[in-house]
Amino acid sequence: MTFIREDFREILRLVRPGSRVLDVGCGEGALLDLLAHEKQIDGRGLELSASGVAACMARGLSVVQGDADLDLDHFPDRSFDYAVLSQTLQATRNPRHVLNELLRIAERAIVSFPNFGHWRVRWSLLSRGRMPETKALPLPWWSTPNIHLCTLADFMALTEDLNLRVDACAAFAGKGPARPIDPTKAVENWRAESCLFMLSRNGGPAVREPSPGSGDLFDG
Amino acid sequence: MAALDLITPAGGGTWRFPENEPLRLDSGAVLEGLEIGYQTYGQLNADKSNAILICHALTGDQFVASPHPTTGKPGWWLRMIGPGKPLDPQKHFIICSNVIGGCMGSTGPASINPATGKAYGLSFPVITIADMVRAQAMLVKALGIETLFAVIGGSMGGMQAQQWAVDHPERLFSAVILASASRHSAQNIAFHEVGRQAIMADPDWRGGAYAEHGVQPGKGLAVARMAAHITYLSEPALQRKFGRELKRDGLSWGFDADFQVESYLRHQGASFVDRFDANSYLYITRATDYFDIAAAHGGVLAKAFTGARNVRFCVLSFTSDWLYPTAESRHLVRALTAAGAKAAFVEIESDKGHDAFLLDEPVMDSALAGFLSSAERDRGLA
Repeated sequence: MTFIREDFREILRLVRPGSRVLDVGCGEGALLDLLAHEKQIDGRGLELSASGVAACMARGLSVVQGDADLDLDHFPDRSFDYAVLSQTLQATRNPRHVLNELLRIAERAIVSFPNFGHWRVRWSLLSRGRMPETKALPLPWWSTPNIHLCTLADFMALTEDLNLRVDACAAFAGKGPARPIDPTKAVENWRAESCLFMLSRNGGPAVREPSPGSGDLFDG
Repeated sequence: MAALDLITPAGGGTWRFPENEPLRLDSGAVLEGLEIGYQTYGQLNADKSNAILICHALTGDQFVASPHPTTGKPGWWLRMIGPGKPLDPQKHFIICSNVIGGCMGSTGPASINPATGKAYGLSFPVITIADMVRAQAMLVKALGIETLFAVIGGSMGGMQAQQWAVDHPERLFSAVILASASRHSAQNIAFHEVGRQAIMADPDWRGGAYAEHGVQPGKGLAVARMAAHITYLSEPALQRKFGRELKRDGLSWGFDADFQVESYLRHQGASFVDRFDANSYLYITRATDYFDIAAAHGGVLAKAFTGARNVRFCVLSFTSDWLYPTAESRHLVRALTAAGAKAAFVEIESDKGHDAFLLDEPVMDSALAGFLSSAERDRGLA
């Protein structure tokens, strides 16, 4: 068995067999491939880099080159069972909009991100007074794609603000296996190096608000 | 060049519409006794599920993988078709037909109008991309194929592939659209108008009746080709290939072809005249100008594709293509997504301009091969 990222393992565990999955920021399609083989999902991907999309296409995956910030708007309401956003939320220009869109397009959103509240990050900032560079956040501030970092507590506040329900939550540290956590506990905001949420919207997925700029793609 | 013939078994010829089945055109006109020139490569399998239709571009033809009967040049997409290549006659039954309005065996303005016994000329009705597809659909049916495994086309061929998905989604398993658009832009129409005006300004055009007078508006057609050819390339590609290189030492201080690029364009124009009919050029450019898929669906492109939810799409564009720029492909892909169709799309880095889809682009090859092999798995062909 080849090496499987721990967060992928957790996603593999959460996703129902045969479901429809959109992987936003799918890279070279490793997760989609895994889900297709292990869970027989009907998968689609969205990826910014041309090389990533080309690799996905060579693997036979249905992936569209596009930008989470711009292209989610074009997906129809409730067209997926799951929308996955793996370690990408912090790199979007408008994470709130992206999260909202994920839960318009899909019944459930599976979102993972590095926790800026992890003790190593806090310690690094406190002791060195410099932007933290850790295993989960390896790049210097001037080259990191992560423009909207948040802590687990920040994320929880956003889910409340958007009226989202947390269906599952797991924490990761190092290469260890996923650990189910109660994200409302303050201690987890220190302990989780990165975390993964499965979310749904209270009262079911929202439907589209008329959005400007969709051109002639939709009515109205 | 004998090796080029080795894609076997090759077949084809001319297919004639049955007597009682005229082609009803978008314009309202009706064409009787229509003929379609076509080529095939490979064999149709027992359950008729391995047929691929290749749609050619503006001045292309059905000789996609065999030598051109007039020029003797190798098939125009030989680099994509052959054993072990993305389109493999050992696996696929590959069909390519000359579009109606064309001049390589399909009925067009140079054909004899049975009603008058003379060449149609300008009495040939204006045709559309949808008309071309209508005729192809008849041919495909006549070949005994209910559902195409794939329809593939670049540029104008990509327009036909889109039209197939819109008009015959149930007869299509997948569609590949390369360097194309869902409508002609003002710039596209403008360039075509330059070409048409060049042809019509040639005194030998004779109001389109040049055949009756035994002449050819060769100069006008050559200029049309020269202008169009520039749009198929890119500034960096032209610069890389020719720069300001001169044909011979020193300037002529006149209007000979001093620069290599002039000589190249003149050659492109002159050799085009040998293989293409001027009136066909008028009709086919017109068909692409009229092309606007959304227009027939209340101006909503996504609506056009709602019937094609089960068709797998592969859309590719090229960074340096300024004739059908990536924005056009992206627009199509967003509509496909909005329609709920299964689409794959990537913009390929290339400085070769619009013609990149005909040239050596390894990323295109691997993307297309990956797309087709996964479609084969889904179709139960692999």
